[in-house]
Amino acid sequence: MAGKHINLTLKVWRQKGPKDQGGFVEYHAKNVSEDASFLEMLDAVNEELVSKGDEPIAFDHDCREGICGACGFVIDGEAHGRLKSTTVCQLHMRNFKDGEVLTLEPFRAQAFPVIKDLMVNRSAFDRIISAGGYISANTGNAVDANAVLIPKADADEAMSSATCIGCGACVAACKNASAALFTSAKISHMALLPQGQVERKERAIRMVAAMDAEGFGSCTTTGACEAACPKDIQLTNISRMNREFFVASATKRPKHKDGGAG
Amino acid sequence: MANKLDSKIPSGPIESKWKNTKFGYKLVNPANKRKHSVIVVGAGLAGASAAASLGELGYKVKVFCQHESPRRAHSVAAQGGINAAKNYQNDGDSVYRLFYDTVKGGDFRAREANVYRLAEVSANIIDQMVAQGVPFAREYGGTLANRSFGGAQVSRTFYARGQTGQQLLLGAYSEMMRQVDTGNVELRYRREMLDLVIVDGKARGIIVRNLLTGEIESHEADAVVLATGGYSNVFFLSTNAMNCSATAAWRAHKRGAYFANPCYTQIHPTCIPVHGENQSKLTLMSESLRNDGRVWVPKAVGDKRHPNEIPESERDYYLERVYPSFGNLAPRDVASRQAKYRCDEGRGVNETGKAVYLDFADAIKRLGEDKISERYGNLFEMYDKITGDNPYKMPMRIYPAPHYTMGGLWVDYNLESTVPGLFVAGEANFSDHGANRLGASALMQGLADGYFVLPYTIGNYLGGTKLEKVSTSNDAFKAAEDSVKNDVSKLMGIKGSRTVDSFHKELGHIMWEYCGMGRNEQGLKKALELIPKLREEFWHNVRLPGDANYLNVELEKAGRVADFLELGELMCRDALERKESCGGHFREEYQVDGEAKRDDEKFCHVAAWEYTGENKAEVRHQEELTFENVHLATRSYK
Repeated sequence: MAGKHINLTLKVWRQKGPKDQGGFVEYHAKNVSEDASFLEMLDAVNEELVSKGDEPIAFDHDCREGICGACGFVIDGEAHGRLKSTTVCQLHMRNFKDGEVLTLEPFRAQAFPVIKDLMVNRSAFDRIISAGGYISANTGNAVDANAVLIPKADADEAMSSATCIGCGACVAACKNASAALFTSAKISHMALLPQGQVERKERAIRMVAAMDAEGFGSCTTTGACEAACPKDIQLTNISRMNREFFVASATKRPKHKDGGAG
Repeated sequence: MANKLDSKIPSGPIESKWKNTKFGYKLVNPANKRKHSVIVVGAGLAGASAAASLGELGYKVKVFCQHESPRRAHSVAAQGGINAAKNYQNDGDSVYRLFYDTVKGGDFRAREANVYRLAEVSANIIDQMVAQGVPFAREYGGTLANRSFGGAQVSRTFYARGQTGQQLLLGAYSEMMRQVDTGNVELRYRREMLDLVIVDGKARGIIVRNLLTGEIESHEADAVVLATGGYSNVFFLSTNAMNCSATAAWRAHKRGAYFANPCYTQIHPTCIPVHGENQSKLTLMSESLRNDGRVWVPKAVGDKRHPNEIPESERDYYLERVYPSFGNLAPRDVASRQAKYRCDEGRGVNETGKAVYLDFADAIKRLGEDKISERYGNLFEMYDKITGDNPYKMPMRIYPAPHYTMGGLWVDYNLESTVPGLFVAGEANFSDHGANRLGASALMQGLADGYFVLPYTIGNYLGGTKLEKVSTSNDAFKAAEDSVKNDVSKLMGIKGSRTVDSFHKELGHIMWEYCGMGRNEQGLKKALELIPKLREEFWHNVRLPGDANYLNVELEKAGRVADFLELGELMCRDALERKESCGGHFREEYQVDGEAKRDDEKFCHVAAWEYTGENKAEVRHQEELTFENVHLATRSYK
């Protein structure tokens, strides 16, 4: 696997802290192995910076296997870069040509404030999940796992929605910075399964409200999110979310004050 | 000191130990639960499931994670599946068989009682995760699907494509987030635990660094749970995520928690081989691939032909040859060693000669490309992206890599460490896998600890222990804060000339060379000379740019590498002292026909190390292991 080596010019967004002014700084990545990943290329640039006593370019990353959802920034205007269905940690340098000039900037959205350089704060996603992205199943209450049969097609479809890694590329790619794809993937996953039925309406209403409260924009169904998604989460999830939300809003029953057992 | 290692294994027949113990545990009434607080450090499978369950019970739980979100924890990367003794396949599985397979798989170096409990609750885990909406793979009839993993002759592994860890983590995470919603769980992101605080001999809090602001914070509680994962990153190159570290566990060790069996590390047989010096980590290819993939090398030494041009008769399917009854599903330690032998014989493939083939041609012929893609599609894509080769058209090239650590903080049957009130769960403890973990058992153990063990044992501790009120203005907190601040300014003040990564890589080379797949006395002694020298240089010559009062990634890495430089030495000492081979610990001097040769007379025990102060030799304690149910035998997969 000893491949060729290339040289690149990088224009990287540098920003010291959340309140500081940022700007682009140019770096040269020299003698980059084509077998290296994009982040390994940045590691090498950083090693050089640190050896000179400069601060390295900060970016979020962890598993480097495309599953934790920590990494992600924009390369030449594309969230996670040019390879479809691929996180930036799985983007390898054989997809680039010698001499290319690349522009790297953080995911931009009001709801994702920049922390430093290419790192942003995506904790808004956690707050959306805590507003209903769960099935209330206290430990110890479960019936036998095969007691409820789930058609394979339903399980597969739920799984396809559940594969969302919460990286935020959908938000970064959207001209409105909408979190509709992320939120709808969780609503769909649970609406498709029998276990998710009890809280289905409540979930749709609360999660949509949480999404709006975080300052994400509205969805205008342009589909940029789907194109940028490294896990191929489909636009149909958003249609399902809209349907879930409308049905839930139209049929929601009032809360009874004196409900519950005495 | 010996009484510190009271394993608290309950008496009575193995089938009723856990049931009887649970009945004997002290309870805390619901109104009093609200008054108790528990700190959980780490929010992967073990931490999130513990936090969710404790929150449901009504305890006040504070969760700390170093990530920006608990959903990033490295449990997310587990691929192949989770074991459970459901016997849904009617193929002869049972709690006792899972127990037996695990004890044998661990080469008879785990506690029987713990393993039995693990097997017992395994079935509840699947029920629990399905109830939470984890979309496990299913058959057309709507029942759950299973596959097989190494070291077992039954199909007991449940899975969600090649992303089982992700789906289980998101399940546990969602239940924890529900408790955040109710207010029972408070979540602190981007906090790294840098010290454990002990008051009156009990764990009462932690010191963390806020990674965004650099602030050093104190947090108090009535009990502390560490669920901070394993230490494979001591090797630099491993399948662990970049931020995995031993720091929380190591700092707790330095405050009195014994570290058990540090030399028990798992080298996983099927990983994508190293490509060059700038490589940052290694990527696992799930063990589940060995359900359908066949492992081979050319029969002839130095055969450089393209694999597809090597005829059947000139291939050596060595796992099928050496282990006819388990074949390609031999356990990890065994499969890794065999790959090493083939490469040492000069029959390895790749430019480096350090790889073997994992071939799907037969399975594709038998089942069709669609079926294979349904089972392993995402793994094949990942392989393609990383190597640029298409595994549907040519065999994968794989090689062993550090993956998991069976060693960890010593805990008793209640998962309590030698520091009262400090509980340890998941990969961070040492308890259930002996000297080798079976595939698909890490997810099982993490969730067993968090959902089904800790909620009981912590209740028992809180219900039966007199706890004075403490606050973070207590002297012990101040002293720990000062020591952490001191360490940070010491690191920042070195201003040397070498980067943190360069030290980490050098340590990784030493560990892989002398404390990796094969170990011997001479090599371990060499490592024990090299590591202290490297550590000495680190503390004089590491270079950290920037400041400590904002996000500083190099500073974070430096603290972790400083700990690895101490833990690495302990691993080598433990490996040197254990003069036998067992599971993943292979001492080249002790073998029969290339298989591990145990010494049950001298080493049928857990080695638990006690920290005695800076630059002082740690003291080795022993917990004898007794086998009342499984007969101690030479492990054979032939």
